[in-house]
Amino acid sequence: MDFDGLFSNFGELTTTGLTQGAIYALVALGYTLVYGVLRLINFAHSEVFIAGAFAAIWTWNGFGLDQNSQVSGIGSVLFYLLVAMIVAAIASAGTATVIERVAYRPLRKRNAPPLAFLITAIGASIAISEAFGIYTRRLPEGAPSLVSSKPLFHVFGVPIDAVQLLTIGAALLMMVLLDLFINRSRTGRGIRAVAQDANTAALMGVNKDRIILMVFIAGGSMAGVAGLLYDVRIQTLTYSVGFLLGLKAFTAAVLGGIGNLRGALIGGLLLGVVENYASGLFGSQWKDFAAFAVLVVLLMFRPTGLLGESLGRARA
Amino acid sequence: MTTVLERVRSGREAAGERWRGAPRWVRWVLLAAVIAFFYALPNKEFYQYLGPIPTPGANFTQVMFTVSIYVLLAVGLNIVVGFAGLLDLGYFGFFAVGAYTVAVLTSPSSNIKTLWPWLLVVPLAIALTMLSGVMLGTPTLRLRGDYLAIVTLGFAEMIRIAAVSSDFLKGQRGFNQIPHPPGKYADGKPFFGVLDARPYYWLVLTLIIMVVIGVRNLTHSRVGRAWISIREDEDAAQLMGVPTFKFKLWAFASGAAIAGLAGALFAGKQNFVNSQNFELLNSIIILAAVIFGGSGNIVGAIVGGGLVAYMIERFRGIELFGVELYEYRFLIFGLVLVIMMIFRPEGLIPNRRRAAEFKDRRKEVIVGE
Amino acid sequence: MRQKLARVIGGVAMVALVAGGTACSSGSDTASGGDACGSKIAFFGALTGSSAALGINENNGVKLAVDKYNKENADCKVELVSLDSQGSPDQAPGLAQKAIDDTKILGVVGPAYSGESEAAGPLFNEAGLVSITASATRPSLADQKWKTFFRAVGNDFSQGPAAGNYMKNVLKADKVYVIDDQSAYGAGLADEVKKVLGPAVVGSDKVQGEGKQTEFSGVVTKVKAANVKAIFYGGYYQEAGLIRKQLTAAGVTAPLVAGDGVNDGAYITSAGQAAAEGTILTCPCQPAAEARGTFVQEYKALNGSEPGTYSDTAYDAANIMLAGIKAGKSTREGLLEFVKGYSGEGVAASYKFTENGELDPAQVKVWAFKVTGGKVVPDQEIPKS
Repeated sequence: MDFDGLFSNFGELTTTGLTQGAIYALVALGYTLVYGVLRLINFAHSEVFIAGAFAAIWTWNGFGLDQNSQVSGIGSVLFYLLVAMIVAAIASAGTATVIERVAYRPLRKRNAPPLAFLITAIGASIAISEAFGIYTRRLPEGAPSLVSSKPLFHVFGVPIDAVQLLTIGAALLMMVLLDLFINRSRTGRGIRAVAQDANTAALMGVNKDRIILMVFIAGGSMAGVAGLLYDVRIQTLTYSVGFLLGLKAFTAAVLGGIGNLRGALIGGLLLGVVENYASGLFGSQWKDFAAFAVLVVLLMFRPTGLLGESLGRARA
Repeated sequence: MTTVLERVRSGREAAGERWRGAPRWVRWVLLAAVIAFFYALPNKEFYQYLGPIPTPGANFTQVMFTVSIYVLLAVGLNIVVGFAGLLDLGYFGFFAVGAYTVAVLTSPSSNIKTLWPWLLVVPLAIALTMLSGVMLGTPTLRLRGDYLAIVTLGFAEMIRIAAVSSDFLKGQRGFNQIPHPPGKYADGKPFFGVLDARPYYWLVLTLIIMVVIGVRNLTHSRVGRAWISIREDEDAAQLMGVPTFKFKLWAFASGAAIAGLAGALFAGKQNFVNSQNFELLNSIIILAAVIFGGSGNIVGAIVGGGLVAYMIERFRGIELFGVELYEYRFLIFGLVLVIMMIFRPEGLIPNRRRAAEFKDRRKEVIVGE
Repeated sequence: MRQKLARVIGGVAMVALVAGGTACSSGSDTASGGDACGSKIAFFGALTGSSAALGINENNGVKLAVDKYNKENADCKVELVSLDSQGSPDQAPGLAQKAIDDTKILGVVGPAYSGESEAAGPLFNEAGLVSITASATRPSLADQKWKTFFRAVGNDFSQGPAAGNYMKNVLKADKVYVIDDQSAYGAGLADEVKKVLGPAVVGSDKVQGEGKQTEFSGVVTKVKAANVKAIFYGGYYQEAGLIRKQLTAAGVTAPLVAGDGVNDGAYITSAGQAAAEGTILTCPCQPAAEARGTFVQEYKALNGSEPGTYSDTAYDAANIMLAGIKAGKSTREGLLEFVKGYSGEGVAASYKFTENGELDPAQVKVWAFKVTGGKVVPDQEIPKS
């Protein structure tokens, strides 16, 4: 155990952990939304994330940018970011929609048991991930370095850079937008109603299929933005990274209390930071071990997560 | 489309009826024939006449050994998922515990260098895996459904990381020269040699038959009925006086023990165990195999485990339009799972009780659909 | 109807029993004699999957050797069988056995990686099928008393110290950070480097290989805080590229030094040209361009790409076997004896094997390569001490 390594780098481990945690949180939102409404672990959500991440990289490639390109000028950087974000969100939401229409809806029509949903989700996840793997020949794809990660300023001696600001800022912004959408909009009220009691909501005239579709689209868009932020931060993408990241994001959702939007945020940030502390303390190889250990321990003492599960009951 | 499906379904039901209606001796002969077939299968003199069944891309006997290990695992997982209805996504973790117990205690490259013989370690491996099942089950079995799934998944991943990263388990360097099972031919050559995979396959096959008999007896006993009642409705079972936690733990531990046995057999055959043998995908493949075959039905689990493991290997060496089909094996696997769940969620050879449940559910009215 | 069914099934069962019975009595027929013409040699390594780059390099080298041989001996051709292991020790026994089953296969070039060599080695040994690996550098492979194991390159014991010496003597690095991916290969190399550098290693960390980790902020933070002169990475190109990229992004300019597992063009793609610039890659191999004769042109003409890491070594390994077949060795025993006693020149080095199958230490050369202008170019040969 390397306490020295942990304490001397405490600040930096925290900031980089929060950055990674913000990405977890955005992906976790998709799990939490779907679970809150359908009581279903959407295993294929990791592939929704990957679709967005690839879409962003391929958009940049379309503009002639590859891993060696340097983009200067704040205007063009913002332009590329924004375009890629829109494409990524659409790609992810589209993937989520396809999964819902092709894989889940037929099962719902047949009133299939939860196990069947889970297996379908796993099957869809494997199939999509492999399709990306075969298409990219299982090689990493490089993204241009759009945002410089040179330190902008220091807080208590801890350097803060633009990538971190962008990632955390964008994640928080998306959270706020989603929160408003769920709590203020008409569709949001429908989502809450279906989450609380699907059959009653349907009797009250809520179009259940449409609401479920909206949930997948909302969760998908969040994953798309997460994919873009991942590209900006890591600058390389391999088809297989979705699986573990999705697993971590789900862990984050469970940590915070699945079905609970704010729980997803807290769970994500917490997981990112815990992971980094563990790599400081025990070495990087124990990072994922720590993440799952925290999950197992937490569930033993607080089986519904930190904030408890709820999408319908408490006001998200 | 639907009518065809209906016809297939009714045809299969008719076949099932005929099987159940057949006289006892016919069933025994049939069963004996199937078993004899599988004992004969890894012999080149036999399988070379079987047309497309042998795998072109790898040695068929070796493939059959892998298949048999998967079948054993499917039988074990079927207890947990099929009978007790506990969703275990980290089943392969127990397989790893079994294999590593053997590796650590027998291999000369292990840190403790006990160098015990294989046969002595096997019961120990089973006991230790069972113990790890109890240790994992005690805190987690209070969780239900999806939470249990994610915790078991996390557990399997933790075991894998521990295998990769801890000095004691040697990571990717692994353990070599793990001894084979004992036994010699008359001429002094070892029965369980390096080149001939048939004895290992026969050993696993024999153990599968023994395990299946054991599991079958168990399910027809009080324990089995308790499991089924938990699967159907845990609260009702609890109210009726079934100690649900205890029986869930039993299911978990006996499933784990079978995985431990499979791990020990694998280590004894493979001679070399390292962290690359235990990918998370394997856990998922086995679960999918059980559901695919028909969870809750022993024959279903066997068919599912065998078919999935075999098909994945079978794709090797086939070229279609200039592409190697092996590259696409998991893509096809994923798609098959999705299609299967839509059209036949109860599995290929379903448990009768469960199939009836599925039928009922299909008829239930759902508001708003 | 029912009776008829039962009778048929009974008949099938009988046949099955008889077939099983006769089959048990037949022994294996591994070694076959006969004419050397129509013999085969096999290549064993990853041709698909995420670690395929090395395997493809080698397979193409072997392909060239066989192609040339067949042109020169049109009346007595040799066939190449490529076995795709995906680098997984799980798959290795099945594939090794397949090579053994095919009695026409007299020798194997490979397995390419150390893990799969561990799993396949006992089978080759038992069957007496000679194997020459061009890239499995794990030292302990030679200690297992496999009489069929040969290694056409130096092992980690030669490469690791060389990498350490390069950092000490050429880079003059008094503070080094060592990272490895916990693979048999990567950790083995890192351990050797640590031994040579001793107290100059101010910190070390381990990451997950095989594409499992892409986010290295924990490591990057530590390296940055250690303020080192050089960073050594033991592992493969994919993670190396990501680590280099994230280090550069965080403002760490110290050069990365890595072994032959990173010595591949894919590393530069993964890291990006700007970040990859200046990376030092060691290899117990000669620069492919250094290879004598017309190897490079011929390789390019056949495969349409530049020869990569170990292409030349695999080419040589294949040529050693082909020379044996040419000399009329038509059995596995014959070829094994031939390889054991072989001594000669190849395009990458001169070959002569020690008792336990290692390349004669006098023949081992370790080179340093440097990433310059987006290309891996030879830098210098590293002296042994």
